[in-house]
Amino acid sequence: MKRFFFTAASVLAAVLGAQAASAQTLKAVKDRDVLSCGVSQGLPGFSSPDDKGNWTGIDVDVCRAIAAAVLNDPNKVKFVPLSAKDRFTALQSGEIDVLSRNSTWTLSRDTSLGVNFTGVTYFDGQGFLVRKSLKVNSTLELNGASICVQTGTTNEQNIADYFNGNHMKYEVVAFGTADETIKAYENGRCDVFTSDISQLYAERLKLAVPGDHVVLPEVISKEPLGPLVRAGDDQWFDVVKWTLFAMIDAEELGITQKNVDEMAKSPKPELKRVLGTDGNLGEQLGLTKDWVVRIVKAVGNYGEVFDRNVGAGSKLGIARGLNQLWNKGGIQYAPPIR
Amino acid sequence: METGARKPPSQLGSRLRRALCGRGGWGGFALQLLFVVLLAWLGYEIYANARSNLEAQRIASGFGFLQQTAGFGVSQSIIPYTESDSYARVFLVGLANTLLVSVIGIVFATILGFAIGVGRLSSNWLVARLCGGYVELVRNLPLLFQILFWYLAVLGALPGPRQSISIFGEIFLSNRGLVVPRPIMQAGLLPFILAIVLAIVLAILLRGYARRRLFRDGTLIRIWPWNVALLLGLPVLAVLLFGAPLSFEVPELRGFNFSGGLRILPELVALAVSLTTYTAAFISENVRAGVQSVHRGQREAGASLGLSHGATLRLIVVPQALRVILPPLTNQYLNLTKNSSLAVAIGYPDLFSVFAGTTLSQTGQAIEILVITMGVYLLISLLTSAAMSAYSWRINRSLGR
Repeated sequence: MKRFFFTAASVLAAVLGAQAASAQTLKAVKDRDVLSCGVSQGLPGFSSPDDKGNWTGIDVDVCRAIAAAVLNDPNKVKFVPLSAKDRFTALQSGEIDVLSRNSTWTLSRDTSLGVNFTGVTYFDGQGFLVRKSLKVNSTLELNGASICVQTGTTNEQNIADYFNGNHMKYEVVAFGTADETIKAYENGRCDVFTSDISQLYAERLKLAVPGDHVVLPEVISKEPLGPLVRAGDDQWFDVVKWTLFAMIDAEELGITQKNVDEMAKSPKPELKRVLGTDGNLGEQLGLTKDWVVRIVKAVGNYGEVFDRNVGAGSKLGIARGLNQLWNKGGIQYAPPIR
Repeated sequence: METGARKPPSQLGSRLRRALCGRGGWGGFALQLLFVVLLAWLGYEIYANARSNLEAQRIASGFGFLQQTAGFGVSQSIIPYTESDSYARVFLVGLANTLLVSVIGIVFATILGFAIGVGRLSSNWLVARLCGGYVELVRNLPLLFQILFWYLAVLGALPGPRQSISIFGEIFLSNRGLVVPRPIMQAGLLPFILAIVLAIVLAILLRGYARRRLFRDGTLIRIWPWNVALLLGLPVLAVLLFGAPLSFEVPELRGFNFSGGLRILPELVALAVSLTTYTAAFISENVRAGVQSVHRGQREAGASLGLSHGATLRLIVVPQALRVILPPLTNQYLNLTKNSSLAVAIGYPDLFSVFAGTTLSQTGQAIEILVITMGVYLLISLLTSAAMSAYSWRINRSLGR
């Protein structure tokens, strides 16, 4: 019911509210001196509060990077936890400035929701988690299985496509939140838990004996996850888009949280441009010249953010894979800052 | 003496005052008209504002999405549904599931509620205390908690499908639900149904005849053996003549789940059980209040007329108690229907879950979908309420009030 009231309130805001949204977000954020950022209700590695209540994760760091670039303080962020179902309504209604909540970029979302995806923080795909005791080695052996899935996700439609396409039967049980879904799976209501693969790894940590469960090798969909903003505010769209690009470009240029100050003194023209000692690229965005310095100082470059939250340096230990830089075998690629 | 010479207030003044302040007259009418116009204007403003805001934000609007392909599976549907059906179909699937669980809940909550309400008034100390304890325990715990308790703790504790509890090798109970043989129509079904209908009609006619005889010449005819013979005999005869009405498809464990048979999902059971037990606690209190509202003198009057205890209850106490019970009972029915939207927590595909949940997040058309959903819940509630009012009107009429 709480969820219902939230959606209803958001709708009411959309109906009655004078839209502070259009073309004014950057100014509104600066005036408010805090960034309102929509995140998940707790997905380790992407956005989840730690035992002290501090939000961490790759999606959280994107929020902090934007706050650092705009407000010069990565802590000036108000995190708004949202269910898969409520997330877009919260953005539409102006409740949040940016949604950074493992959301898949699709055409229908980009066109019909009044939102714009700004880029891809994580190239993901949908997979399946099963008990090892079932001795299943491939998704194609799942004929007749019961599948737990979170409602309001692209995953729900993907399994329908995949199972029908392979002439397999299945039973889908859809739950409102990720926690309810994994709980039902653990309880034995389903044979399979399906979600984006990164989420499978993250949710598996919540199970009593994570080692009893295995992620099947097949990836049945493309799930490019990234931050999004309301449509119709190009300036804010650019700020969010280029914050992510700056993190990726920083990794490519070897700028890290540690060496960023020394790099800023470098005579190399490319570094001077990016780090703002030459030219006024940051100001063209409506930010300051040293915006990239602020971002990297606050959260580090893309590679550092990845390692700390989901990669080798984290409990999840997910390999870079597709998310490696384009010149290192992956597909992460950002347009040049010039 | 000048007192009587005070001038009466001018007619124009009093008329004006009446027109502007009074409830009658054209002034009152004008005020009401103004109010309605203001309301209509406000409504239009909201509509126009929403439209222009949606357009400005480039959010899709309108009801065209209902024809689009849904493309997702639903675990339970009592009407035919496949993933390639439209969102409009999903709406019907969800509505049917909501109605299904509501009707099951209402029927059982009424039965259980009446039993417990009467039990609480029982002169048996143990029965009365047990019923009282039930009411206090169940109505004081949050419903969502009870739903999760039944779903996760009770039904979730059942074994998996491969270790399921089997009854005669035909009925299987596991954490995937209850699987029973599926009835399949046979040629004998139509004659079988006709035989039952015929038996019922004959039994009613027989009862009417016995009653007429009783009133006419005081003969008491024993009809129940005849009725039993009719109700059992005719269908059996039909089966003997035309063959079995149904055959059963026995479920079989194949791979992960049972194939064949009819499966009752644990989500449905958990939701129906928790809604039933929760609402029954409230209904029982209504029943108790109703029975207690009938004055003791009424029973004593019944006893002095020579009526048995049962007849006093049936003919005197219950009809009067019903008058008191029905209005709050309607409330409980409405609450139960609306509470069924908590289904989303345990993955039961009700209207709120598949339409205001999945469909909303896939299409993003929050305003349209919420308006439809609210309209439907409102309609269900109004219809329930109207049916109950009609029933209560009949009872009041039969009591001559």
